[in-house]
Amino acid sequence: MMLETRGLKKTYILGETTVHALDGVDVDIAEGEMAAITGPSGSGKSTLMHILGCLDTPDEGTYILAGEDVSRLSGDQLASIRNRRIGFVFQSFNLLPRLSALENVELPLLYGGRKDARGAAENALATVGLGDRMGHLPAQLSGGQRQRVAIARAIVTDPAILLADEPTGNLDSVTGREILALLGRLNSQGRTVILVTHDPSVAASCSRQIRIRDGRVAEGD
Amino acid sequence: MLVWTTVKAAMRSLFANKLRSFLAMLGIIIGVGAVISMLALGAGARKQILGRVTSMGTNLLIVRPGSNPMGGVRSGSMETLRLEDAQAILRKVEGVWQLSPLAMGRAQVTYTNQNTNTTVMGAAGTYFSIRSFEIEKGRPFTSVEEERSGRVAVLGSSVAELLFGKQDPLGEKIRVKTVNFKVIGVLKSKGDQGWFNPDDMVLTPHSTAMALVFGQIHLNEIDVQAREGADLKEVETGIEEVLRARHRLRPGEENDFFVRNQAEILEMASSFSRTFTILLGGIASISLLVGGIGIMNIMLVTVTERTREIGVRKAIGARNKDILRQFLIESLLISGMGGIFGIGLGIAAALAIGAFSEFQTVVSLGSVALALLVSASVGVFFGLYPARRAARMNPIEALRYE
Repeated sequence: MMLETRGLKKTYILGETTVHALDGVDVDIAEGEMAAITGPSGSGKSTLMHILGCLDTPDEGTYILAGEDVSRLSGDQLASIRNRRIGFVFQSFNLLPRLSALENVELPLLYGGRKDARGAAENALATVGLGDRMGHLPAQLSGGQRQRVAIARAIVTDPAILLADEPTGNLDSVTGREILALLGRLNSQGRTVILVTHDPSVAASCSRQIRIRDGRVAEGD
Repeated sequence: MLVWTTVKAAMRSLFANKLRSFLAMLGIIIGVGAVISMLALGAGARKQILGRVTSMGTNLLIVRPGSNPMGGVRSGSMETLRLEDAQAILRKVEGVWQLSPLAMGRAQVTYTNQNTNTTVMGAAGTYFSIRSFEIEKGRPFTSVEEERSGRVAVLGSSVAELLFGKQDPLGEKIRVKTVNFKVIGVLKSKGDQGWFNPDDMVLTPHSTAMALVFGQIHLNEIDVQAREGADLKEVETGIEEVLRARHRLRPGEENDFFVRNQAEILEMASSFSRTFTILLGGIASISLLVGGIGIMNIMLVTVTERTREIGVRKAIGARNKDILRQFLIESLLISGMGGIFGIGLGIAAALAIGAFSEFQTVVSLGSVALALLVSASVGVFFGLYPARRAARMNPIEALRYE
């Protein structure tokens, strides 16, 4: 298994009420899978994504990522896991506006202390089909191109999983399909891809769907 | 993460907000400028004072009458010093090379229709060499004129100019109070020395000044010059012994005179100028503090504005210390660049003060280094809180920030 969770629980206290965002989630995702995590808002989908993305830790339960238990790590240890094991793709691209496409893609390698950052970043941009736009600033690129830069940034460290949170949410349908096709191609090259979405048509592009409802997996596969 | 990459990123973000970065720097620029120019002013004053004290002559000891004890309050000078005291010192004290008794006071000096109120200094001929006065033209008085109360005068350069203008004063008759004097010489200008302007005086033999001008039998001062290489402390003790014996002071009784040597005067002057410098520098550093607060304010705004960027950086693997370093380098750049501009401003201000006022200024390398160090520390100190705030942000909340 590339990713394995057992009994994940996460509770928030909002004023007087206690919210059980996750209430015992077991998820297994194998290497090379392309899975969609879906669910209505408030289902705990975002919380699960944060934990799978090592942005947060569960209150209870275990999370094994690429053979390593990451459920009880400190903030800086999580940062290092995110840097090496996880590639994020966000709905709003989240590129740094003052850095060129190439510099944005280099950034994870610089934080990881890699020396061959320039070459690896160029390769990643070529992979997403932006080999000719490396020096452009995000503002000089179209939405689809920006998302491609974001995907290049996500794969540049060769992570265990690619975690895409509503990657087509800010794109028109044609561009959205292109981005999904790109993610599908990366998956077919052997990458594990997890899509988080509430859009059924996006989820349909994945071979497997994990539905979250009331903090539990209501699986239909 | 490479430091150079971080510095480049920080430069870029500073240039993206030029006006804001400049305003944040301004406080430091003004602060450092003020510190540099004030320290330069202090160092200039110190140099000036030391210069004056040294120009009084070397190996100098000054004997003055003690102040009058009146019911515990000391006021005025006692009239205890006599010409005989001076003669005894010259005769008996080991290490004394030459001395000059002095009787001085203010008096009206007139030539034809010109007149001025100036210091009349009754001195011996040795006074010229003791105090390193040089004669511009004419001659000093002779020992014969000294003994016979000759009515001869040597003018300070500004007195000469005031009374005679372009006319040659040599051989002319001037009137001091009601007594006529013949001008036999003019001194070379020494420049104002702050508490005393040696160009603004009229020198006459001490016997003449005492008998004819002031009508006194006491001396106001005895200037003693020790032999080259003599121990000033020993000479001072010798003078004290001779004077105590002559004034019949019992053991335990206080001296009715005091002796200052040049080292003490130097010490006094330099401690005064040190205090002056610390005071000026202290006032100026308050503006550095204000500048630091300005940087902190801007950095807090910057951190809040870039919350989302911080979230993204953390998501892709930046550790807390990477974020901390990024913002610290940014505040350090603001304060460092402010410091460099401030040094430029301070040096310019110091040069301007030196050129357009009567104060001297000396910009020392030490004060420049100090200013750089202080402004860098200000950047780190006031940047630390905003940077920590950025570093400790929760990545999830930071990513959600709109």
